[in-house]
Amino acid sequence: MNAHLQPTGSAYFIAKETEKAENHTLSVLVDNEPGVLARVIGLFSGRGYNIESLTVSETEHQTHLSRITIVTRGTPHVLEQIKAQLERIVPVHRVVDLTVRAAELGHDRPIEREVALVKVSGDGESRAETLRLADAFHAKVIDATLEHFILEITGKSSKIDQFIAIMKPLGVIEVCRTGIAAMNRGPQGM
Amino acid sequence: MSGTENQMTGAEIVLQALKDNGVEHIFGYPGGAVLPIYDEIFQQDAIQHILVRHEQGAGHMAEGYARSTGKVGVMLVTSGPGATNAVTPLQDALMDSIPLVCLTGQVPTSLIGSDAFQECDTVGITRPCTKHNWLVKDVNELAGIIHEAFRIAQSGRPGPVVVDIPKDVQFATGTYTPPSAAKVQHSYQPKVQGDIRRIEQAIELMKGARRPVIYSGGGVVNSGPEASHLLRELTELTGFPITSTLMGLGAYPASGKNWLGMLGMHGTYEANMAMHDCDVMVCVGARFDDRITGRLNAFSPNSKKIHIDIDPSSINKNVRVDVPILGDVGSVLEDMVRLWRASTAKDVDKGRLDDWWASIARWRARNSLAYKASDEVIMPQYAIQRLYELTKHRDTYITTEVGQHQMWAAQFYGFEHPNRWMTSGGLGTMGYGFPAAVGVQVAHPESLVIDIAGDASIQMCIQEMSCAVQYNLPVKIFILNNQYMGMVRQWQQLLHGNRLSNSYTEAMPDFVKLAEAYGGVGIRCEKPGELDAAILEMIDSPAPVIFDCRVANLANCFPMIPSGKAHNEMLLPDEATDEAVANAIDAKGRQLV
Repeated sequence: MNAHLQPTGSAYFIAKETEKAENHTLSVLVDNEPGVLARVIGLFSGRGYNIESLTVSETEHQTHLSRITIVTRGTPHVLEQIKAQLERIVPVHRVVDLTVRAAELGHDRPIEREVALVKVSGDGESRAETLRLADAFHAKVIDATLEHFILEITGKSSKIDQFIAIMKPLGVIEVCRTGIAAMNRGPQGM
Repeated sequence: MSGTENQMTGAEIVLQALKDNGVEHIFGYPGGAVLPIYDEIFQQDAIQHILVRHEQGAGHMAEGYARSTGKVGVMLVTSGPGATNAVTPLQDALMDSIPLVCLTGQVPTSLIGSDAFQECDTVGITRPCTKHNWLVKDVNELAGIIHEAFRIAQSGRPGPVVVDIPKDVQFATGTYTPPSAAKVQHSYQPKVQGDIRRIEQAIELMKGARRPVIYSGGGVVNSGPEASHLLRELTELTGFPITSTLMGLGAYPASGKNWLGMLGMHGTYEANMAMHDCDVMVCVGARFDDRITGRLNAFSPNSKKIHIDIDPSSINKNVRVDVPILGDVGSVLEDMVRLWRASTAKDVDKGRLDDWWASIARWRARNSLAYKASDEVIMPQYAIQRLYELTKHRDTYITTEVGQHQMWAAQFYGFEHPNRWMTSGGLGTMGYGFPAAVGVQVAHPESLVIDIAGDASIQMCIQEMSCAVQYNLPVKIFILNNQYMGMVRQWQQLLHGNRLSNSYTEAMPDFVKLAEAYGGVGIRCEKPGELDAAILEMIDSPAPVIFDCRVANLANCFPMIPSGKAHNEMLLPDEATDEAVANAIDAKGRQLV
């Protein structure tokens, strides 16, 4: 910031970014009211921030609170702005940068998990191979016919990426992923 | 209240809620989806409705009303085009932090999403240009939402909000909740009080400063008259020089002895040099906008920066600061003044600033606002100076449009009090000034309200002449007419090889006849010698006036920080020869356009 700016010959001064971009996971606690997700997403698109993953669901039914988990990518300066901008949204209660918090707690990163449903076709020989690999990844069979399996797998995104890649030659029909759910280790809340 | 007493229709609830929030005037335009509310307006006297000629006018009027009174401005428009026409003033109010409540009609709930006549996704369209918005689907929630709308619009960093009310909700009967019983959204609780340890840190820095400057902004005006009073007190106590953004003019008086003039792209040389060379900068309710900072990596390179702002997202957004203080300017200034008085700072030798003031005097001696006077043609700067001299002892409010005239008004009109200067700073909305002036006049019927305009800007909302005449609002439109979009032309001269693409207006209306056509008064002046008499004639007229002040066509606005340059690389008027203007931005800069 405040560095490496080019004269643009226009009314604006365009900064060349010199800081390195990082992936951070944010937890956003919001009132579950109409339009709240649109406000959050609109903020990201309107201000040019990235969304790598987004997960949302009501987590406290009595108080109608939803928890939005966003994985975003930006320089430390941009990440600080994202947090401040999110906090400005009226129905937003709290924003916690789990990645920063993990570092403060002395951890490498927050716990991040994703669920995927993977529908795999196959008959004969390949069926045994599918089940063997599923077992190796601790994926569960949740539906099957003689022509297909639906496998449920939970884990880090990288593990799911790997699982899908391995399954591909066996005939992946479709994949559905939830996006990342995350929290930090230890007894403290967000 | 008994159960039946507070049973009302949605439209009645709207009017009752407005009354309970202290509303006396609303600016609006009727249409199908707000007819039930208009029917209620017809049957009451407590709230005066001002009928505009275009919804954009209603929004800017509400902005002018709000900024000149410190109250919330209220506008009422219909669904579809009524709401979309309100978008420009909403964004304008968002960027300049003006409290605005915009009520929009919506098609009946059952038709939402069916592409019904005059339907649009109002909450969707206005989501990014409001602080918050609501679609009311249950008449029982209507009152509470309107009360909450007022709370959110005026608290924290003020801003515009939209309440979208479907027509069936206006007809339906429900329970009215008074403001005292209304639910508040707990997630929204702006922090008013500043962190006292940070404030102490700031005082320490200020005590040690040898080259300090106070850089104040619109937040001081928004915080209320007490904040301006405290700013003056702090300036007096510390002996620091003070400059201000466009939005903050008037918070510190232009006649004050510590005043440096406005800073930024068209600010004074002394203000910008002080910003560049200072060792401690106290930013009070301003946001380091790109028109202020110039080239960021050369912005005040050797200073410790203190930043007081109520909006956490303003802090460290463009410029990294050393002591951020989150809170209301008024509250923080109160703490600062108290701590400064209590600390040894009051005994600090003000003499330590002598060298600094001597530097400032040298910069001031460059006379950066100088211009070539003329007996033949009216120089635009001269016109503003005369307007100032002839109105300064009156109860005057000034609004502007956007462009060269706006900068000249900021440079040459001396503002002594807050809330007297209404201009579109952040969004730069041409067409803002005249309706804003109408709104100011509604709030201050006995005062002199002048819109300093350009010949191009004024044509963007000229239709509100009809409104001004209808309500006997004697607003004065003072047009610096140079037949050009002057600021566009100035940039074309600087950046685009003097190719004046579409910045000259070949067919200009006869503004005198135009004024008369609307039922107002038209005045034209072309000679410097006749200017004073003409201005006095304008002031004395009891009607709305369009004053066509023919000024030097090719005058440009200096001093100026050319793009890509720093505060200490200003282009001063005596240096702004044609050649210097042409070379102000180097070839490399031009290639990047």
